Amino acid sequence: MSPLIQGDGQPFGGGEYEPLVPGLILLLPLLGFLANGILALVHARASANAVREGGELDLGGRADRPSTHTWPTWIGPGVMGGAFFLTLVNFAGMFDAQLHEAVVISYWTWMATGTFAVEAAIQLDQLSMIMMMVVTGVGFLIHVFSVGYMRDDPGYPRYFAYLNLFVFFMLVLVMGASYPLMFVGWEGVGLCSYLLIGFWFGDREKSDAGKKAFIVNRIGDFGFLVAMFLLFVEFGTLDFVPIFEEAEALVYGGGLVTAITLFFFLGAAGKSAQMPLYVWLPDAMAGPTPVSALIHAATMVTAGVYLVARSSVLFALSPIGSATVACVGAITALFAATIALKQNDIKKVLAYSTVSQLGYMFVAVGVGAYAAGIFHLMTHAFFKALLFLGSGAVIHAMHEAYHQTHRQADPQDMRNMGGLRAHMPITWATMWIATLAIAGIWPFAGFFSKDEIIWQIAAFGGAEAAAFPILYTMVWVIALAAAVLTAFYMTRLMLMTFHGTNRTGEKESGYLNEAPATMWVPLAILAPLSLFGGWINVPEALQTSWAGLSGALPTTEWLHHWLEPITEQAHHIQEVNLGELGHTAPFGGGEVLWAFISTSAALLVVLAAVRVVGSEEIRDAASDESRLSGFGKLLLNKYYVDEIYDRFIVNTVRRKAEFFWKVVDVGIIDRFLNALGWVTKGVGWGVSMFQTGAVNTYAFVLTVGALIVLGLSVLT
Amino acid sequence: MTVLLETIGYSNWILHALVWLPVLGVAVVLGTEERKAKTVAFWCSVIVLGLSLGLWWAFDPTISGFQMESTATWIEAWGVNYSLGIDGISLFMVMLTTFSTSLAILGSFNYIRVRERAFYALMLLLEAGVVGVFVATDVFLFYVFFEITLIPMYFIVGVWGGERRIYAAIKFFLYTAFGSLLMLVGILYLFYQTKNILGFPSFAYGDFLGISLTEVEQLWLFAAFALAFSIKVPVFPLHTWLPDAHVEAPTPGSVILAAVLLKMGTYGFVRFLLPLFPLAAQHPVIVATMLMLGLIGIIYTALVAAVQPDAKKLVAYTSVAHMGFVVLGVFALNVNGLQGGLIVMISHGLSTGALFLLLGMLYERRHTRTIEEFGGIARVAPWFATAFVITALASIGVPGTSGFIGEFLALLGTFESHPVIAIFATLGVIFAAYYMLPMVQSVFFNELETPENREVKDLTGREITILAPLCALMIWIGWNPTPFLDRMELSVRAVIERVESAASTPQAFGETTGVYQPEEAD
Repeated sequence: MSPLIQGDGQPFGGGEYEPLVPGLILLLPLLGFLANGILALVHARASANAVREGGELDLGGRADRPSTHTWPTWIGPGVMGGAFFLTLVNFAGMFDAQLHEAVVISYWTWMATGTFAVEAAIQLDQLSMIMMMVVTGVGFLIHVFSVGYMRDDPGYPRYFAYLNLFVFFMLVLVMGASYPLMFVGWEGVGLCSYLLIGFWFGDREKSDAGKKAFIVNRIGDFGFLVAMFLLFVEFGTLDFVPIFEEAEALVYGGGLVTAITLFFFLGAAGKSAQMPLYVWLPDAMAGPTPVSALIHAATMVTAGVYLVARSSVLFALSPIGSATVACVGAITALFAATIALKQNDIKKVLAYSTVSQLGYMFVAVGVGAYAAGIFHLMTHAFFKALLFLGSGAVIHAMHEAYHQTHRQADPQDMRNMGGLRAHMPITWATMWIATLAIAGIWPFAGFFSKDEIIWQIAAFGGAEAAAFPILYTMVWVIALAAAVLTAFYMTRLMLMTFHGTNRTGEKESGYLNEAPATMWVPLAILAPLSLFGGWINVPEALQTSWAGLSGALPTTEWLHHWLEPITEQAHHIQEVNLGELGHTAPFGGGEVLWAFISTSAALLVVLAAVRVVGSEEIRDAASDESRLSGFGKLLLNKYYVDEIYDRFIVNTVRRKAEFFWKVVDVGIIDRFLNALGWVTKGVGWGVSMFQTGAVNTYAFVLTVGALIVLGLSVLT
Repeated sequence: MTVLLETIGYSNWILHALVWLPVLGVAVVLGTEERKAKTVAFWCSVIVLGLSLGLWWAFDPTISGFQMESTATWIEAWGVNYSLGIDGISLFMVMLTTFSTSLAILGSFNYIRVRERAFYALMLLLEAGVVGVFVATDVFLFYVFFEITLIPMYFIVGVWGGERRIYAAIKFFLYTAFGSLLMLVGILYLFYQTKNILGFPSFAYGDFLGISLTEVEQLWLFAAFALAFSIKVPVFPLHTWLPDAHVEAPTPGSVILAAVLLKMGTYGFVRFLLPLFPLAAQHPVIVATMLMLGLIGIIYTALVAAVQPDAKKLVAYTSVAHMGFVVLGVFALNVNGLQGGLIVMISHGLSTGALFLLLGMLYERRHTRTIEEFGGIARVAPWFATAFVITALASIGVPGTSGFIGEFLALLGTFESHPVIAIFATLGVIFAAYYMLPMVQSVFFNELETPENREVKDLTGREITILAPLCALMIWIGWNPTPFLDRMELSVRAVIERVESAASTPQAFGETTGVYQPEEAD
């Protein structure tokens, strides 16, 4: 039963499935990082010399770029393509094998103290495979997009070095066979996020944002570490397989498992930007837009969801832990959605939207619907990556237009956009697909994943022995409300950006053009995924109804079944302790009815938003902001959360630190010890000796004295 | 490699060579011309370093006690012997010493401009002293080496230091000398006890282990030794000499101070406090006190570091925080904690040593260390910035670097025995980011505004030679610490077993668990 860890890179324990060089999937991005890193260092040297001479390095035209700016184009996306291809091959192998146990492949012993050991081992199973597909697949597309987006940036090779390194760490995170290895990926992606948010480090605001992301994430990492310590003390190991095998020995709902899950969730809340640690993610938009798509939407920020799904056994054992996850997720989903209503920066809207959607995923894994959480993670990766890349294409076009006319204006402010549909039809069409998907409109991908989450909340809250049923009713209502808000703010974004009259400027609008092929092709690939991606997991009840075109949609709960080897243990625990799940929603009605209600509601909101926002006159930035008052102003200013944190936490810590330094350290400790030293007569004499510079005399006297004492004692 | 080392009888002479070759180097350096002194000194230290590398292969990780031992009578009447030996605890301290001495000497080529001969002679003398501390198996000899290291360091700070160098040097000297005097009293007491029991005078470490002491005796002796070592580490609140010494010391002085001199304190914890006074070392009050002081060191000095306007002082304070993790690991009194503590010692030696070297290089370029005056340096010195960021990450314990391995294991071990303290200490990872990243940002990122900053040159070949091996080691240990942990494991285990068995058989622990006694090594 137990898949043993075996050395020399040989797999063991997995049925028929023969992994094909899975280590290379990790190694390729790492090699890409090294190659691009060397190019970046070479280029940076040349550019530094130019800066020192008072200028900037001229990169020349597109045709005659130096090799430091041509090779990354091939290396960066190339290694990703290779990794994606290998992942596909391995996925196919696992798909055929009906694998039931994890394949664990160990390469070397990472740390071994004698009482604690971790292997540098990867774990291939259904969950890690889905994550690897998302990371390498979406990652590959974003790398291709980046070629077009970052081409003219002087830091091009450095950009690809960081991006490749990020993918490497992200793969360590999802492929690692133990918590410590996952933590390597966990902090590694945080590091890359820090480097990429502050990619344009010459700008104080951007490098501040990177620093903030790192520090806030470390608050979460603290939780992750403590959870690991607790697990180690209980199980004597931190490898996934033995822990989950032994986990059921823990007391259901006991203090230990609750503490473990809560500390893990603190880690998850940091990385996945949940309340109250979400504040770094909106600021993270300071990074290049493809980075926002890859790291701050599709992959890294979902790591927390992956962590909970991976630890499903532990969370299933802790009703309080799970309820916390679900509640924090729900509150975050609603809270962030309200902020998104009033933002004018296109990326800020998407950032708060991401926070909100991550909240949904946490609600899913909090109500034991681990497959639904991963399902939403996957569809969200498609449509949110598409939305971010689309916004990147828009910003790219806006930037280019302002650049051509030398006008200083914010290319990310939607109030400067409008009517872009005519200029960028592909971006417009693909982004609408993503918008309908995120709004949860049938038959787009988001409909199926979001609907499943909402249904699962109801089912979980209605279980026979459900703990806190009223709580779950509230979560369910909040989830529905947030879905409606999502439809509204996304439609608003689309209308302000693409519809109505153009506000970019008369001269500028002539320069607005569709993005180049390297940028629109990834959009065109993500669009069908956002449309059809949900069809892999159509719930059984829906499949035979209108939503499944009366059985015409191909699959029934494929993802659910695929992940069963991972989730069955948790579901078993849940069934034993909570009994059968409910069959009706809190206020009556079954799955099909509520699917209909939610998609109709979303559609109505989209239509309503078209009327409301469409008829509204959009003003320029200054008069627009002064016009707002009351709740609208509160939303525009994001509930002043950053200001509150600054005032009550950041400043307090700083004042404490100043106090420790100036009063305690210098004022008390040092003064006291110095006084002790100077007052003593003998020491005073010593000082006068030192000032003659004859310290060796003193040392000599000291040693001789000691020797005399010794000598006397021996002789007597 | 092992065969080659055997044919040249490496194990028989290496420890003597590591102590006496630097002394020979002192003579050679003093005999050369002023302008050639640095090259000669550097090559002397490289020879010592090269020889010490053989220890990696020659060291037998299956022996828990001392190996490569040799002894000769020094002062017969008092039973003082010149005896050397090495075990898993001192192995990496010796290698760290030879390694950082070479790099520190190479790093002082531009920094030290006056009295070069004297300076480099002192550096080599310091190396001899520190190696001696780590390889001495006679406690008297240990004490002599321990004191000898004070003298070159005093002069390095006092002569080649900054503006307040005299104040800093005296403070450093008085603090540590005061501590060692107390230890001397303790050593003498142990000597008399040994003499009474054995019937002949002896300062041998193995003989000291063999005598049984009452709990009260142990507590007093523990206090004397602990004070001496705690000043050296330094443990809060005895740390205030350190920021002054670091800020005033010339770069190489700071490097050696951080990389190895502080380690003499924690080495003393592991070598003397735990094995000699096991009952005291696990006395609840003592353990609680030491853990609390370690914890305060981690949190308090991290906060103090965060508000320092001077980059060097900031790094100096972070040293105290790092050593707090070592104190925690040691007084966790288990294998994980102690192994972790030892890795932190290595890692801190590498990363903090590298940070001081880097700040020194920055000082040579800009003649300031005030964080505010920098900004945007990464644009004109990208390789410099890269090396600095890697080092800073290792220092704050990002996984994939040596810093993580050490802190993780030390905290894991602490959690096993004292979970609440470990949880608070884990908060240190947040504060580490809080003190380090703003400094990195203010110096290397942000706008490149000041014209002086625009002139900053990137790393030279010599500087790359210094930094590349340091960065490589930090990353290597981060990904593959096992060869290091393996070599330390048995010696660490022996210490822990000795402490544990003392609790179960308080009377006769000396005889039953004499794992440290020299005969085991044969």
